[in-house]
Amino acid sequence: MIEVKNVTKSFEGKTVLHDVSADFYTGKTNLIIGQSGSGKTVLMKSLVGLLRPEQGQILFDGRDILQMKPGEMKELRKEIGMLFQGSALFDSETVLGNVMFPLMMFTSMSYAEQRDRAMFCIERVNLGGSENKYPSELSGGMQKRAAIARAISLNPKYLFCDEPNSGLDPRTSILIDDLLSDITHEYGITTVINTHDMNSVLGIGENIIFLNKGHREWVGDMHKIFSATNQALNDFVFATDLFQEVKEYIVRNGHTAHGSARRNKDNYEI
Amino acid sequence: MSLFHSLADLGQYCIFMGKVFSIPDRWKVFGKRTVAEISKLGVDSIPLVLIISIFIGAVITIQMKLNSTSPFLPSYTVGLATREIILLEFSNSILCLILAGKVGSNITSEIGTMRVTEQIDALEIMGVNSANFLALPKIVAFVVFMPVLVILCMGTSFVGGLGVAYFTEIISYTQLVEGFQTLFIEWYVWYGLIKSLFFAFIIASVACYYGYYVKGGALQVGAASTRGVVSSSILILLFDVLLTKVLL
Repeated sequence: MIEVKNVTKSFEGKTVLHDVSADFYTGKTNLIIGQSGSGKTVLMKSLVGLLRPEQGQILFDGRDILQMKPGEMKELRKEIGMLFQGSALFDSETVLGNVMFPLMMFTSMSYAEQRDRAMFCIERVNLGGSENKYPSELSGGMQKRAAIARAISLNPKYLFCDEPNSGLDPRTSILIDDLLSDITHEYGITTVINTHDMNSVLGIGENIIFLNKGHREWVGDMHKIFSATNQALNDFVFATDLFQEVKEYIVRNGHTAHGSARRNKDNYEI
Repeated sequence: MSLFHSLADLGQYCIFMGKVFSIPDRWKVFGKRTVAEISKLGVDSIPLVLIISIFIGAVITIQMKLNSTSPFLPSYTVGLATREIILLEFSNSILCLILAGKVGSNITSEIGTMRVTEQIDALEIMGVNSANFLALPKIVAFVVFMPVLVILCMGTSFVGGLGVAYFTEIISYTQLVEGFQTLFIEWYVWYGLIKSLFFAFIIASVACYYGYYVKGGALQVGAASTRGVVSSSILILLFDVLLTKVLL
């Protein structure tokens, strides 16, 4: 579990996060949502230690990363996997090389063991057969899956995903969402996803934190979001006529998000 | 303001070097990457070095001959002057200015692209010292391989000069060889090699620095690449003066 307590972060006098507190639960897909400029990325970068807030606490299972020494932080980083918006795969390495990289750097496994583990992760994200391809030879969705395979290769306790569906078509977005959700439940990972995608919010949002202008304005899940009274949240989530109608339909019929926004896996192949 | 920026850059460069010159996380990985960089930055530069050297060697010889028309000059003058220019300046300073363009821009654009595509952030989040992981193998590889390039440059430049004597009637072959051998000072070769080590360090480290701190996108990577080449060229010229004063 990751606990964020009263975190404030400013840039050149402008406060981007105002006293934000939030809990991210183990074995759940935790979503950070909000408009552009609401502080989502700053919060995520603070969580992974790329930015240092001026005040507050960020506790990874009780360990405050803001109080950690560099050596302790380095150890913690081995428990963290991250999926970047642009995948951030190493261009000079194949998919296999990318997935083996953390194993090569941080384990004492033999080459054969590293390869086996990497292949297991590649198969897990349904990329078997593409292990010898370079990132430039992969589609956007395949790159995301390769990045997920790399992120889980060290069996992380915490998985961070920055806009995992950015630039992907709706069907591929659903695949990535399902994969992240499945991996989270399968391995009991604390997964934190930064997203704009309303399909993700309504499909896999087990714990949703809504940020607005640097403030945490709402916490709930994909079911409660339909009955939320926060105006900024409603304006953001149900911004389109389509989502407004979906909301009205669900509220009227007493359905849940799972009943409306969940996808039918039989319609496509992974 | 410009001075302030230069000092800020110098400070940031020193901090960067502090991160670069730390113990690698994995020596085996460092070794592999260094060998790969020797191939990419050093061995791949050999064709360029050979082509430039052979032509410049030939041009220096021709120009020396055309500008040494006085009958009072000894017959070995052209060969001797050509040799001194090659050993003292061309094979190290001028070669490094050329390599600053090729190798420097290559390094800056590679690391800069890694920065803007979040690959460096990915390394940092994994707990890898990205500055050390990316820059140290490049700096070590280029410094280690530079003497090879300098020696190749020296040899090929002489071949270029000899080619002029062999294929044309501008200067006699015997006169040129006599000039190459007359009053030879071995220290000049060492002087060129020592200078080249400093220049190699400047080229690789400055290029890494500019690439590592790129902010923005493709446009900024290109701009950083240009700044890196300009800065390393100026530093090479500055250190050329300093090292010449110290070593000769």
